[in-house]
Amino acid sequence: MNLRRLWAIARKEAIHIRRDPRSLGLALGIPMLMLLSFGYALTLDVDQVPFVVWDQSGTPQSRDLVARFRASRYFDFRGAVENYRALEHEIDTRDAYLGLVIPPEFARRLDASRAAPAQAVVDGSDSNTAAIVLGYPQGITTTFNQDVMLAQVRRSTGLAPSPALDLRPRVWFNPDLESRNFIVPGIMAVIMGLIAALLTSLTIAREWERGTMEQLISTPVRPAELVLGKLLPYLGIGMLDMAIAVLMAVFLFHVPLRGSVTFLFAVGGVFMIGTLAQGILISTVARQQLLASQVAMISTFLPAFLLSGFAFAIGNMPVAIQVITYIVPARYFVAMVKGIFLRGVGVATLWPDLLFLVIFALVVAGAAIRFTRKRLG
Amino acid sequence: MRAPPVSSAEIVVEVQKLEKRFGSFIAVAGISFSVQRGEIFGFLGPNGAGKSTTIRMLCGLLAPSAGSGRVAGFDIVRDAEKIKTRIGYMSQKFSLYDELTVEENIDFYSGIYRLSKAKKIERKEWVLAMAGLRDHRHSLTSELSGGWKQRLALGCAVLHEPPILFLDEPTSGVDPISRRQFWDLIYELSSQGVTVFITTHYMEESEYCDRLGVIYRGELIALGSPRELKARHLQEAVIEIECDRPNEAMELLEHLPEIKEAALFGKGLHAVARGADAAPAVQAIREALAGAGFRAPRIESITPTLEDVFVSLIEARDRADAPQTEVQR
Repeated sequence: MNLRRLWAIARKEAIHIRRDPRSLGLALGIPMLMLLSFGYALTLDVDQVPFVVWDQSGTPQSRDLVARFRASRYFDFRGAVENYRALEHEIDTRDAYLGLVIPPEFARRLDASRAAPAQAVVDGSDSNTAAIVLGYPQGITTTFNQDVMLAQVRRSTGLAPSPALDLRPRVWFNPDLESRNFIVPGIMAVIMGLIAALLTSLTIAREWERGTMEQLISTPVRPAELVLGKLLPYLGIGMLDMAIAVLMAVFLFHVPLRGSVTFLFAVGGVFMIGTLAQGILISTVARQQLLASQVAMISTFLPAFLLSGFAFAIGNMPVAIQVITYIVPARYFVAMVKGIFLRGVGVATLWPDLLFLVIFALVVAGAAIRFTRKRLG
Repeated sequence: MRAPPVSSAEIVVEVQKLEKRFGSFIAVAGISFSVQRGEIFGFLGPNGAGKSTTIRMLCGLLAPSAGSGRVAGFDIVRDAEKIKTRIGYMSQKFSLYDELTVEENIDFYSGIYRLSKAKKIERKEWVLAMAGLRDHRHSLTSELSGGWKQRLALGCAVLHEPPILFLDEPTSGVDPISRRQFWDLIYELSSQGVTVFITTHYMEESEYCDRLGVIYRGELIALGSPRELKARHLQEAVIEIECDRPNEAMELLEHLPEIKEAALFGKGLHAVARGADAAPAVQAIREALAGAGFRAPRIESITPTLEDVFVSLIEARDRADAPQTEVQR
């Protein structure tokens, strides 16, 4: 391999990029746009759940229960209703997500130390949200019951018992459980993979389509020089994309960056090289720009979006799919970006993931070089 | 037209039974020839005859299906990459980068050919002067006219001063003046000892070549200098006829016993007689045309051009092939 030739190719490719400001704008603009839309729109947090109450009891006890719901930041009180029909209407029109029905004998049963049923009607049309929403009254119910029981014990014995188990959970790395904190680093990885493969997927196919490849392969240029020379300028753009994404994550979305910035970019560079090489491999095999860009998009975006664990936990997937995720480079990159951002860990913890990315880059770049044939047809 | 090159009979391109098949289609059907150092060797044939396929095999861009060949002493199958350091190649389609400037294209190829810094500057100036692009070095290549593009492409193909140059229809789609200038450049390179292998379908261009191979339907049907081809393949007299309604006249003439074949030529016709003596044929044509009411101000015997040879060769080949096709059917 000759560095002069590699450099000649890299320079030529850089000129192509410079002369095509629209593509350059897209290469830098699309990641920003995607990060903005995903960062703001794709939130898995459920709070301020609108709810209505049909309080048939109308007692201090029932009002206490409603007050506890109203005090929670997870609920947003939308008013009282007087019958089932009104409650149904509120849920049908999506004005309320949860309907709380307190029966007339609620206080009487409580006072008699009997189980006092109340009903929570939840809109289950979005099962994921419904499951989360159902969890919230549980907490309120537990403390309500505790207080009722404490009052009863105190009344009968005059002593205040201490509860047996007092679990005090503490959430590390993302204490407020902000979904944005793990979505933004994840989506960064998805975007970088997509953009990287798209950028290079056009390069060799374009040379074939325009006929410039025929001239190029009549020269002594080597496939390795061609592949690496083309990769180099796009690596520059990719790292620029990454810098923009990191800046947006930190300053716009306030995602804490606890680990080493240098390590983050080193990891990004390795991931980028592998994915850029993947784009070149696709380009050199497809020899058509349209086909190459579509294959590049599908082969990076889908696995990165679905199988990287960026939004959907890999542990919850069927075993067969879990096995597939092991060959998705984005899986390792997402894990590392989250690790560096949120847990602040470095190479000592993340080396196995980094090793995979290095191997992936070497294998794919090797394949791209191998498939770059200096023959027509 | 010009003196044969003064060089030893060193063979720089040599092929034997070279064949290329694409599926069941035979693009090149076992051709053999050789080219000497310093020669301008023309490959003449209609579109689709196998010219480009042959040149691509010689440059190591296509692997032959059968047969063998050597270019600059290297095997075209095993040592294709070594050949690529010693040749310059200009493909049929313009294949420089449109969005690069003239200078950037030249710099790119000097980088690819690893020219030294001093050499790079020297060759760049040479190419710019040769192509007449000194004042356009910063122009985008896409803005150049056809003739300029083609000279720039030639310049980029010879940056590394290759001893053998392969040009695949370099002058197609270029105006006659540019074409003439381009040939001046080819002569200049040839006078420096460069072997030029050029394909063309322009008859007047093939007259400029030292030696010609005529290729038709993948087969080499004639080989020799333009003069040899005329002497060998067209002993019969050729008669030029200027007349009205040449299409109809051609039909009429083809049926005369004195005429072997007739073809449209410019605004008139060329007819090949059945022998070396033109007089009986001229007489017969004059009578036939007058009898059918054609106006023919000029009917005379001429020195055959290469086009006459070419047409005659191809018609002979078609006649030879015709019974076979009928049997196959």
